Amino acid sequence: MAKPLVAFYWCASCGGCEEAVVDLAEDILKVADAVEFRLWPVALDFKYADVEAMPDKSIAVSFINGAVRTEEQEHLAKLLRQKSQLVIAFGACAHLGGIPGLANVANKNEIFETAYKLTRSTANPKGVYPQTVTETEYGKLKLPEFFDTVKTLDQTVEVDYYLPGCAPPPDLIMQGVTAILEGKLPPKGSVLTVEKALCETCERNKSKPDKLMIKEVKRISEVIADPEKCFLAEGIICLGPATRGGCGERCINANMPCRGCFGPTKEVKDMGAKFLSSLASIIDVDDEKEIEKIAESVLDPIGLFYMYSLPSSILRRKQGV
Amino acid sequence: MYKEITIDPITRLEGHGKIDIFLDEKGDVAHACLQIPELRGYERFAVGRLAEEMPRITETICGVCPTTHHTCSGKALDDLYGVEPPPAARKIREFVYNTFMFEDHNLHFYFLGGPDFIVGPAAPKAERNVLGVIGKVGVDIGKKVIDIRKRARNIIQTMGGRVVHPVHCLPGGVSKPMAQENLEEFKKTAEDSVEFAQFSLQAFNDIVLKNKAYVDLIVGDVYKHKTYYMGLVDDNNKVNFYDGWIRVVDPEGTEFAKFKVKDYLDHIAEGVESWTYIKFPYLKNVGWKGFVDGKDSGVYRVAPLGRLNAADGMAAPAAQEHYEKFYETLGGKPVHNTLATHWARLIEALQAAERMVELINDPEILDPNVRNMDFQIPKEGKGVIEAPRGTLFHHYETDERGVLTKANLIVATVNNSAAINMSIEKAAKGLIAGGKVDDGLLNMVEMAFRAYDPCFACATHTIDGRAPIQIDIYDADKRVIASMKNK
Repeated sequence: MAKPLVAFYWCASCGGCEEAVVDLAEDILKVADAVEFRLWPVALDFKYADVEAMPDKSIAVSFINGAVRTEEQEHLAKLLRQKSQLVIAFGACAHLGGIPGLANVANKNEIFETAYKLTRSTANPKGVYPQTVTETEYGKLKLPEFFDTVKTLDQTVEVDYYLPGCAPPPDLIMQGVTAILEGKLPPKGSVLTVEKALCETCERNKSKPDKLMIKEVKRISEVIADPEKCFLAEGIICLGPATRGGCGERCINANMPCRGCFGPTKEVKDMGAKFLSSLASIIDVDDEKEIEKIAESVLDPIGLFYMYSLPSSILRRKQGV
Repeated sequence: MYKEITIDPITRLEGHGKIDIFLDEKGDVAHACLQIPELRGYERFAVGRLAEEMPRITETICGVCPTTHHTCSGKALDDLYGVEPPPAARKIREFVYNTFMFEDHNLHFYFLGGPDFIVGPAAPKAERNVLGVIGKVGVDIGKKVIDIRKRARNIIQTMGGRVVHPVHCLPGGVSKPMAQENLEEFKKTAEDSVEFAQFSLQAFNDIVLKNKAYVDLIVGDVYKHKTYYMGLVDDNNKVNFYDGWIRVVDPEGTEFAKFKVKDYLDHIAEGVESWTYIKFPYLKNVGWKGFVDGKDSGVYRVAPLGRLNAADGMAAPAAQEHYEKFYETLGGKPVHNTLATHWARLIEALQAAERMVELINDPEILDPNVRNMDFQIPKEGKGVIEAPRGTLFHHYETDERGVLTKANLIVATVNNSAAINMSIEKAAKGLIAGGKVDDGLLNMVEMAFRAYDPCFACATHTIDGRAPIQIDIYDADKRVIASMKNK
């Protein structure tokens, strides 16, 4: 029997998802036995025309990581969707927008202005910006258009499943791949990890008092976190209550709080809003001025509550040129 | 009229890359360049973020070298808050960092660049990959490669939480001390890493250096540029990956500049071109003269070759022996041959492994005091580190609450961006003539950028170690007259 064809493509991402696949270590050989990596290192093996020439749905599964930020990435995502039976959003950027999605606090012009004019080491007296077409004496040089907005994969094409995490842990990757190969997949749209919130699997949950209450919010740089205690109980922002579990509490094992790379639990639409409501419910202060003070002490709610999920949130964003 | 050849996309590039080659009417190369068709805008969206979150945010610039960005960011935060990490914290950071250097350099040798030599530049493409490497050196070695990578990455995961995107660095230290229970295992991994690095150098010696054709390729003119070199050195001018002086030598190998990171803006500037999203750094005090080498051009190179050239030696004894042999074999300092970078990389992997042993055997590394919180009011912080692919700068400015107001990042591969363009053009000019493009050329052009690699060769596209490339050759009417694909 012919082995199923698999594609692995990256959009606006860092390569960490690919490293995570290499971190399957000896298991990678098992995967390589079971499938044909027709397009791995993927879409990079094209010429778009080559992928276009494949019959529709001829790729069994495309794993796409990275957010969608340029014309080229959007085109490829659409092309792979057309050619694939299943599309898996692989990793936090494809799933939620990821850290590169924080770029939605600005627009294209501001990003160009910063990168090509305002940064301290940039010397650009003529104010040159990269252009989609540059005429040279030899011919035209073209660049893909840089979009104003970072999008998640499912804001670009239909997505069947999500493998969460920055990067996804190898055990979840292996479980996901096995489920696909054996045809034992959960309902479409599922995130391929546990349904519980991170707090429910976190060891430190045991130390959490019955009624969690805090009087101030502390920054992680200002405290030495007790390696046994619940971060939130100590007043340190930890996105555990709003975040899906299954990550193996990797950051918490390093004595650092969660920033939400696995995305929200099933019933939650906007992770930052969910966290904000959890936080509000544990603030043990009645005085309005005191509450305001606490609110003000959270200096960067966007960066803390939406570090990985800004493009997927319901927040409106700065538009235009 | 010029004919255009496009290599689009090249892979093993952090993001995407495209090579354009223009042929004149005789079919010779008139011009070639590398375009980087991507930008993500970190310097803009860093603004407004909390300083202490920067190590987590900036490391997602690169998933191949997240440990580098993470640690460099931590160092910039030390400077921002005016604190020195306690000795144990510094040692943990350095231990984790050298572990990362070791495993990342290996990844390049066995998965990315090495196949060109171990299997051969003209070997069938289907074999020119990590599996071909295993075929050549034996399956036991293949298992050894997988095993040592796994164990080295386990160190990073244990101390840093996540291995892809660790989280341990904070201003003035790290988030947790090293546990006694990890010590024996870490020691064993460190020792085995030294042995493995020695093994890799031996393999390089046997397979590459004993093969005259390979040596000719390395020392040949096609892959050679006389440029300035930059790298971090310690007080004795020895290679250091974690900290020290930024030293620049001129194309003759004479010290041109030596400075601390606080003064980096006096020495480096970056130009902008309209045809690519990447910027082009150059030495300010020489000036930008375009994509040319030589003493009058501010183009400089970083990464393993740059570091060895910019230093007076290695900081570890076994690596030093290989350093001496490197320069003896290649005709003295500096070495301008781009492909020698592969050898330099393995010498560095050995230094990293020797440093791992030294640090893990230092009892102070277990000290539970890993945070210095004697913070000054923040304003500006600069950090530097040697990424596997070269010198990395993080520079943050904040308000008095430690909220970012400005950021400047000069990322390792970017330092080499002008040189990479020059190398590609030179290789294309040296290899393509009379419009004749054959299969061997493909890989030879790839080799021109691959030596600078892994951010260019983002590891992971690499399990099969090949760079799928499409070259289309167009005639003057833009019709495809030939097409070839590497698969």
